[in-house]
Amino acid sequence: MARERAITSPVPFPETEPYWAAAKQGKLLLKRCAACGAYHFYPRMLCPFCFCADTEWREATGEGTIYSFSVMRRADIPYAIAYVTLAEGPTMMTNIVDGDLDRIRIGQRVRLVFKPAENGQPVPMFTPV
Amino acid sequence: MSRPGTGYIAGIYEHPTRKADGKSLALLHAEVAKGALEDAGLSKDDIDGYFCAGDVAGWDARGTGPFSMIDYLGLKLRYLDSTESWGSSYLVHVAHATQAIAAGKCRVALITLAGRPRAEGFGTGTAVATDGLTAAEAQFELPYGPTVVNTYAMCAMRHMHEYGTTSEQLAWIKVAASHHAQHNPHAMLRDVVTVSDVVNSPLIADPLHRLDCCVISDGGGALIVTGPEIAKSLKHPPVKVIGAGYAPKHQMGGRIDLTYSGARWSGPQAFGEAGVTPADIQYASIYDSFTITVLITLEDLGFCEKGKGGAFVADGNLIAGVGKLPFNTDGGGLCNNHPSNRGGMTKVIESVRQLRGIAHPKVQVPGCGLALVHGTGGALGTRHGSATLILERE
Repeated sequence: MARERAITSPVPFPETEPYWAAAKQGKLLLKRCAACGAYHFYPRMLCPFCFCADTEWREATGEGTIYSFSVMRRADIPYAIAYVTLAEGPTMMTNIVDGDLDRIRIGQRVRLVFKPAENGQPVPMFTPV
Repeated sequence: MSRPGTGYIAGIYEHPTRKADGKSLALLHAEVAKGALEDAGLSKDDIDGYFCAGDVAGWDARGTGPFSMIDYLGLKLRYLDSTESWGSSYLVHVAHATQAIAAGKCRVALITLAGRPRAEGFGTGTAVATDGLTAAEAQFELPYGPTVVNTYAMCAMRHMHEYGTTSEQLAWIKVAASHHAQHNPHAMLRDVVTVSDVVNSPLIADPLHRLDCCVISDGGGALIVTGPEIAKSLKHPPVKVIGAGYAPKHQMGGRIDLTYSGARWSGPQAFGEAGVTPADIQYASIYDSFTITVLITLEDLGFCEKGKGGAFVADGNLIAGVGKLPFNTDGGGLCNNHPSNRGGMTKVIESVRQLRGIAHPKVQVPGCGLALVHGTGGALGTRHGSATLILERE
């Protein structure tokens, strides 16, 4: 079995704990502004578009498309960093996993999966549909 | 941002070292300061304003910061500015010095940059950051292994997808830099390379090859900025700051567009202030951390249409004496040096050389009177600060 890249453990802020707790349940949470209705990423308590403090957690569908990516060749274990545009609108940094690194393409449809960080915390990633 | 016509770059110095094993960071800063003063024909006691960024010795010293450097240099100041904008800091400092001089807050400003990442064996482009955990994005990025090179690479990948830009077109940027570096005895890479050499060098992060990446070097540089009276009393042709612009760009809440940089905003500010257009520019120093950085910057500054950068840089168009827009005639970061992983300082220095007419004769732009300098600090694919200067020989 191929070795897996060690995933740096995220260090949550007090106000982002729900995001990482949901990840342990296999859910990706996004923040949506109750005032302007826009989703944003990464999650903040104050909407970065209208600065309203009334933002709410919403579960993402986990569907997206690859906006851009790069396979890091100069690494002990090559890996694909990517920006994935979610069905809800925002684009997030992530990894594309569980597929052939040489077949990744911009525009490809992907779905949510989770991979454990070094401390066991599940981290949201994506795999080609 | 600046007050046009009030700031002049009166002194320049580029450290000749590319690997500073036997020297401290503080000493490198002092040596470049001394070099720039000697170039200007001024003395240390003339300095009353000092500008430095996060590369300064003592930046990480709690409660001390830039004071440590001022103490070491023995400066008596009435103006201090430690604006940090990574590799573009030194262009921002030139603009700020111009403002400070115009406001009567200082008369002679010193700006220094130095670093020794090579002596320290730092994996500049390929190391994943493990610090900076108070940054709000860290927990949402560090698990994914972002490095300098793979985040720039994602910009290149998207640009290729949207506009059909090719690796061969990007390679022309490195080819042009290498044509210039062959004439620079201090350059780390002096061999002329071909498009084939670049695209056949190993992939570091798709689609960027080893030769799409800048060098890792030690060294530094310094500038002296003064008002018109002092500049015109000195021995060199006065080089006037006639336009400056600055703009950070970030991820905009997840509305990410990797095909442009902050130069889209800093460029028009600088051109507007200077009252000139891209067609007027005779020489350009463009921050070249990677080939893609140059291509996107040239588009954003208006040297060509968005998406046409590939065609613009191809076929030697950036080579002095060959193309329409000679760039980075010292070899740039791609071939010459990249001290402290911050390329803005050396970009300003080579522009001043061109405007004084003292660049290497093989790369000197005849009668160069108007130059543009652009710095990109941070990472093109995540968060960065773009700074543009327009300089004129009087």
